[in-house]
Amino acid sequence: MIMTDIIVAGIGQTVVGEHWDASLRTLALQAIQAATQDSGGLKPQVLYVGNMLASSLSRQAHLGALLADYAGLTGIEASTVEAGGASGGAALRQGYLAVSSGLADVALVVGVEKFTDVIGPDLEAALASQTDSDYESVHGMTLTSQAALLANRYIYENQIPAGGLANFPLTAHANGVGNKFAMYRRAIGLDVYTKAEPVCEPLNIYDIAPNADGAAALVLTRRELLPNGFPHPVVRLAASTIASDTFALAERGDMLWFGAAQASILQALQKAGFTLDQVDLFEYYDLFSIFAAMSLEAAGFAGRGKGWELARDGAIALTGQLPCATLGGLKARGNPGGATGVYQAVEATAQLRGQAGQNQIEGARLALIQCLGGPASIAVTHILETML
Amino acid sequence: MTTTRPNTKLLIPAKPVGIIGYGAYVPRYRLPAREVARVWVGGRTSGLPIKEKAVPGLDEDVVTMSLEAVRNALKRAGIDPAEIRAVWIGSESHPYAVKPTSTIVAEAIGAAPHVQAADMEFACKAGTEAMVMAMGLIGSGMARYAVAAGLDTAQGKPGDALEYTAAAGGAAFIIGPAEESLATINASYSFVTDTPDFWRREYQRYPEHGNRFTGEPAYFKHSTTAGKTLMEEMGTKPADYKWAIFHQPNTKFPQRTASLLGFTPEQIKPGLLSPVIGNTYAGAAIIGLTATLDIAQPGDRILMVSFGSGAGSDAFDITVTEKLLERRDKALKTQDYIARRTEIDYATYSRFRGKIAMK
Amino acid sequence: MEIPRHWRLNQQRYGLVGEVCPHCDTKIFPPRDICPACGQDAKTTFAFSGRGAVFSFTTIYEAPTGFDETAPYTVALVKLEEGPLVTAQLTDLGEAHPEIGMPVEMVTRRLRSDGDERGMLIYGYKFRPVLKPA
Repeated sequence: MIMTDIIVAGIGQTVVGEHWDASLRTLALQAIQAATQDSGGLKPQVLYVGNMLASSLSRQAHLGALLADYAGLTGIEASTVEAGGASGGAALRQGYLAVSSGLADVALVVGVEKFTDVIGPDLEAALASQTDSDYESVHGMTLTSQAALLANRYIYENQIPAGGLANFPLTAHANGVGNKFAMYRRAIGLDVYTKAEPVCEPLNIYDIAPNADGAAALVLTRRELLPNGFPHPVVRLAASTIASDTFALAERGDMLWFGAAQASILQALQKAGFTLDQVDLFEYYDLFSIFAAMSLEAAGFAGRGKGWELARDGAIALTGQLPCATLGGLKARGNPGGATGVYQAVEATAQLRGQAGQNQIEGARLALIQCLGGPASIAVTHILETML
Repeated sequence: MTTTRPNTKLLIPAKPVGIIGYGAYVPRYRLPAREVARVWVGGRTSGLPIKEKAVPGLDEDVVTMSLEAVRNALKRAGIDPAEIRAVWIGSESHPYAVKPTSTIVAEAIGAAPHVQAADMEFACKAGTEAMVMAMGLIGSGMARYAVAAGLDTAQGKPGDALEYTAAAGGAAFIIGPAEESLATINASYSFVTDTPDFWRREYQRYPEHGNRFTGEPAYFKHSTTAGKTLMEEMGTKPADYKWAIFHQPNTKFPQRTASLLGFTPEQIKPGLLSPVIGNTYAGAAIIGLTATLDIAQPGDRILMVSFGSGAGSDAFDITVTEKLLERRDKALKTQDYIARRTEIDYATYSRFRGKIAMK
Repeated sequence: MEIPRHWRLNQQRYGLVGEVCPHCDTKIFPPRDICPACGQDAKTTFAFSGRGAVFSFTTIYEAPTGFDETAPYTVALVKLEEGPLVTAQLTDLGEAHPEIGMPVEMVTRRLRSDGDERGMLIYGYKFRPVLKPA
């Protein structure tokens, strides 16, 4: 039983993009320094690193010790948390557990991914390692093709019209314009989407978030440990959950249902004592537009097969009933792999503090964030709340 | 049981043997000879050796093709693969230089591990060599069933005369006791000399050949002598055979051998496939046999003569039994594969066959 | 070189050999020793017929290392007639465009090589449109 509030005391992030001149460690350091400064100089006792592919992309494992050392934190507890694309969310949960248990007073969580250290087919192969090596990637399966298989079936079963998923990327791109950390800060029109050639039928390039470099960091502490004169509105982590589903797509009994996404959200809402209608914004995991649609359904915001209608009807826009991807989501902010869950927490905290600039959701008090590993083989959900 | 052998050049097993099941395979892609002519000789189409040849897809090789042919043979045979005691695969395009095709096939069909396995190589007669070996193993009483197959993904040097015909495909047989056979193999005879009409040296990608030397002293000498000697020793004449198959590197050679030996165009018609699939090398004669078995009737006698460069010919005397009728529809027929056809151009062919330099 | 992890799957890859649950008769592929339907031990081997239908498919143009020379290629989820879904490539499509519901049959094909042209060849199941007598 958690007796105290866990506060997101500091947030930091780098621009998401192709950082040719920055390495894994330099990116991480930038985010760590920003978050530490934002927290008013809190000193962490533990470091959790969320990362997905450094071993294959940068030939670098053992990131806990590497980054603790590089950030001048030698001596503290440090380790890496890997849960595929949900690595950042899983690292955040470790920080949450450490601080809420009382075993640490201040936790530093950093998510970092350096995609551009490898170029071409080797990058596709590294990404494919997120699928089942014996039964998926050996057949040439990739993460994108997994999503395409889902999308093809989703469109078939639900009779989705052509371009039915278009408003997911269109909304994300519209929101990316106002985020100075986003990879793409350019809105796109429906005609651009419609004309795009398929990358992996039925997905075109706009249905797929771009892989990019980035690092984001969070400083967590308990409320009573916040420094005097803490300069921000106080945002707490109201819930933290992880749920899992079958690993390989083929083995899922009900393929068009993100069971782990549903379970982690139900548990989070239940633990925090909230209902869906209290949620002011939802940072879903739109690595692919089909994932966004199915996440809305799993969360309960839309009926089965109806998630795409929320996009079509404008409900997910900044001005809609349920703003999603409010700072561009994975599609426009960019997909920084295992850093994604940390970026989502940084962005949600900014919204709840009222620091989201032109993308600010007025009066936002409750944010739901969720990141996924594989085709929702893992789902990590957090609820963040502004404290009054 | 025979204990003393008669004084004959024939190979006659001590215990009668035959074909229990047979299967063919031809990949789906076709390269018309006129496409090769378009690229290499300015489109001149006079004297093209065949109409078109079969080309394997990017994911096909002698292992995968053998497997499908053997699986078809197993469907017809209806036997337990665990009773197979030998898997012998003849080819000059085994995907590994060292490491048997036959172990992969044996494992995949469920014949491993209590089994002999080896790859044969004797240019275009490696498949019939495997058949003779299987006859020996079964005919001696050492084992009940053996797999003998011959398939190739033949390579011709770009622009060479062989490129028009070097094709992919072949056939497989389950050899077993005559009383279980859909066709008995009454005898075989082989005629072998050292005649260097065609070869490929170690580490070389494409074979060399002796142009017109491959004809008279090689192909015709060996195939006609083998066919003639077999018939002499058996006391048969061409009219005793309903059907005949001769190794078919092109359209004309088997037609001429048939004519030299006294066979009619009608007798070789069902087995003459080279005009539409090309020369499938180790598979060439025996896929003619599978196509012939697909239409033969009980009691029909068949003469088959292979030819392998280097050089030698194996001749077989075969008689169809009643069992053929109940078995031949249990798997796809040779013509089913020939009918499955996607025409490709020379550029696609070059990509499929790895002829585009990638490094 | 990754010889062992491919070698140990030869049976499954060559012949689509999975398992059948002795308790509830559920057919299982890939084999996983615990029945996904009833949760009990299921270690009895079972060879699938290889017949099925396309459940979903897509075509990959940007392929990972090891598959770049065969791109573009089509991957599918195939619903086997005995029940399970299996991930595999579709092959020999020719002029045919794949469709959900298309009947397919298993063939054994070259999946890739382990590393470059010096490496071991990895063979396994793919599916093609059912080849019917002409």
